[in-house]
Amino acid sequence: MSARSLNLLGLGLAALVGIAVLVLTPQLFDLDVVLNITVYMIMAVLALSLALVWGFGGILCFGQSAFFGLGAYTYAIAMFNIGESTAPLLLAILVPAAFAALLGYFMFYGRISDVYLGVITLTVTLILFNSINSTAGPEFHIGSARLGGFNGIPGIPSLNVPFFKDWQIDLEGMFYLSTGSLILTYFGLRALLASHFGRTIVGIRENEQRAQLLGYDPRAYKLATFTIGAALAGYAGCLFANWGNFVSPTIFGLAQSAQIIIWVIVGGRGTLIGPILGCVGIQWLTAALGANAPSGTGGWQALLGNVPLILGAILIGFVLLVPKGFVPTIAGLGSALGRSRPGAAVAGRPQEAAPR
Amino acid sequence: MDLVALLAIQVLYAIASLALMSVGLAIIFGMMKVINLAHGEFLMLGGYAAIQANRLGLSIWIAMLIVAPLVVGAIGVIVERTIIRWLYGRMIDTMLATWGLSLFLVGLTTAVFGNTTVGLSAPLGSFEIGQYRTSAYTLFVIAVAIVVLGGVLAVLRFTRLGLIARGTMQNANMAAALGVNPSRVYSITFGAGAALTGLAGAVIAPVSGVFPTIGAAYVAKSFITVIGGGASMVTGTAAASTLFGAVNQLATYVTTPVFGEVALLAAAIVLIRVLPQGITARFFRGSL
Amino acid sequence: MSSPLLETRGLGMRFGGVQAVRDVNFTLEERELRCLIGPNGAGKSTFFKMLTGQLKPTSGAVLFRGQDVTGAEPHEIARRGVGIKTQVPSVFDGLTVGENLWLAVTRTRRGASARAAVDAMLERVGLTAIASRLVGQLAHGQRQWVELGVVLSTDPDLVLLDEPAAGMTDQEVMRTVELVRDINRTKALIVVEHDMQFIRMIASKVTVFNQGAILMEDDVEVIMHSPVVRDIYLGKQAAA
Repeated sequence: MSARSLNLLGLGLAALVGIAVLVLTPQLFDLDVVLNITVYMIMAVLALSLALVWGFGGILCFGQSAFFGLGAYTYAIAMFNIGESTAPLLLAILVPAAFAALLGYFMFYGRISDVYLGVITLTVTLILFNSINSTAGPEFHIGSARLGGFNGIPGIPSLNVPFFKDWQIDLEGMFYLSTGSLILTYFGLRALLASHFGRTIVGIRENEQRAQLLGYDPRAYKLATFTIGAALAGYAGCLFANWGNFVSPTIFGLAQSAQIIIWVIVGGRGTLIGPILGCVGIQWLTAALGANAPSGTGGWQALLGNVPLILGAILIGFVLLVPKGFVPTIAGLGSALGRSRPGAAVAGRPQEAAPR
Repeated sequence: MDLVALLAIQVLYAIASLALMSVGLAIIFGMMKVINLAHGEFLMLGGYAAIQANRLGLSIWIAMLIVAPLVVGAIGVIVERTIIRWLYGRMIDTMLATWGLSLFLVGLTTAVFGNTTVGLSAPLGSFEIGQYRTSAYTLFVIAVAIVVLGGVLAVLRFTRLGLIARGTMQNANMAAALGVNPSRVYSITFGAGAALTGLAGAVIAPVSGVFPTIGAAYVAKSFITVIGGGASMVTGTAAASTLFGAVNQLATYVTTPVFGEVALLAAAIVLIRVLPQGITARFFRGSL
Repeated sequence: MSSPLLETRGLGMRFGGVQAVRDVNFTLEERELRCLIGPNGAGKSTFFKMLTGQLKPTSGAVLFRGQDVTGAEPHEIARRGVGIKTQVPSVFDGLTVGENLWLAVTRTRRGASARAAVDAMLERVGLTAIASRLVGQLAHGQRQWVELGVVLSTDPDLVLLDEPAAGMTDQEVMRTVELVRDINRTKALIVVEHDMQFIRMIASKVTVFNQGAILMEDDVEVIMHSPVVRDIYLGKQAAA
């Protein structure tokens, strides 16, 4: 089976699974399970945003949570001020994107290297955390929206059908919207990565010097990738604010940023399915562990419910033992077993590097 | 006039605590090019070590100045042997693994000590400057910072150990050819950096108390101090701490503590943009 | 009187205390082939890096077709028509041969025309058979060919080759000679090499670098017989 048809098969399978989840979940499960799955879908969109920026773009962003949080807060603040959700939704995408464009310009055109990118992006999300966390008094507000400080912003009104203020989305609707968004994001990113732009950013990640010497400006490509990733993360943030109708500064915190990175590492950089699976898997695992350990007990039970402990151990384990993540490692085993086809001349667009 | 003196002491204290908490990281990053994101947790563990030792009856001075560095130093050596040494040269993987370690240590400490803040009353009482009272402990911290920085400089410059360490970091193969065991040098260096960090954590503990997640407050500041400082470990740390500590304290004085933190972080971002290799790539070049 | 393709005036590069390249005045006409020789450390690769924009000269100027490009960004200079095959092959190791060429070709063409150009280049560098192999897994000689293909795919008017024959078998070297002559029919080249046989087969005019400056510039036969040139390779100049 040629690489191209294998790729199409994979796409078809993904579409099938996506549609199945979309249609069957509300039929098969209770509303509270659907609610949980909804947040997994939203987080998976967030994971895909970092998969694009870091996994494919090679940009070490330790503060993707900054854009996630900006999206959520922007939606909340705009919603309280405007009352109808079309503009807040758009703002939730545009504000993080604009912020990323500014920050990205500062970093990429300033030739700041890899490692420092990580530290700066981490610092930025911490600045946001520190700032918003301290805005608890009534004097901290934007228009009619109080920032709430460490208390967060409760009672955020839900999205409504564009321009019809009274047709608000309900819980089941949130599920369809989130799952649909994940499916669209996945296929949208596959298309983006198969385009010339997508292949170029992968080339820049592979060998920035050679890309430059061919006439591509890496700074512009990285800026674009960073901004697109931020817009996606912002959109996920907006969905998140709708899911719980609540947002708090922990969304900017170290724990949230760490989680996004862990999902991508565990799932596999350089893939799209990997981070989705990593995200859903780890979220589910954390919930399952947490549920099994009532506070106050000692021993193994408490240890298993200790989320930072387990996540930390997982991260260390993966970096040391499975550095490529699940999906690429399994795919590598698969292709090692099936590799002895004579290389055929590439007649058209090369398919081998197509993202999974 | 009294106010100026008070402010000056507060600025010096901010600089000193920043320098203390960063110098261990400066050694680890400067010598080994390892980015240890569990740095905040080493500080935290130093605090807990001192508090526990004190609770077990040891004098607070011994607990802070001897027990804490020894305990965290030992932890550092263990971490180096089990995790870091597999990842040399892989800077990003080191960052990720140490981030995992950071989470792990937070979880472990929460499990053992619980979530609440434990405190240690600041010894030495207070003294007066004109109409203001301030804690004499701040003077102690400033003194410790000076002694530690001076000590590190002395060890690196004047002792055989310092020379071996510097040589190995620059050219491990050559050092090995001369009979030095590079992996042992790495362990000792990482352990030393960890020990200094533990000391810093212990010394700072009486001021703010210790709880498992306190590391998060320190890790970003320490990193940007080290990166802002540049290649020279001692002069870089001193220079960057002075700049950032002053900015932090002055901004705090004029506005709020939170804004002081934000000002520090913002100043760091600007500095990295303007001097991507740190202060000591341009000033005080070639110093230790 | 049109401007030369490439001209450097007083070009220099200083790294800290070391003057790696000093006061180089170099001219190259359209479709001219020049060889650059000199002992290791003479500044040849540094010179190349200043031409491509990878290094910003600390003194002097680089003019491409009369336009000052000193200190311009590498991608800007590349777009003007400069291509370089670096000393250590710089290609996209994680991509296949075909994908490497495709990325190079699509900087200027898309769609069917791009596909045709990729196939043509595969033919030209003789890599059609291994088009879907990952470049990182290829032998050194093959990687050099991939890099040549990649560089030529952007159709540059000035081709810089830094040690193109290094690590190649005699047969591969002959193929490289033919390729260089073929390229020279329409493009200018500057070739850095140590292999004197190779140079004899392609060169007419040779520039000799030594200690960062141009020592001599003359016809290949004159250079080959010059005792001065022989001495710098044997290090006798230091004793003289």
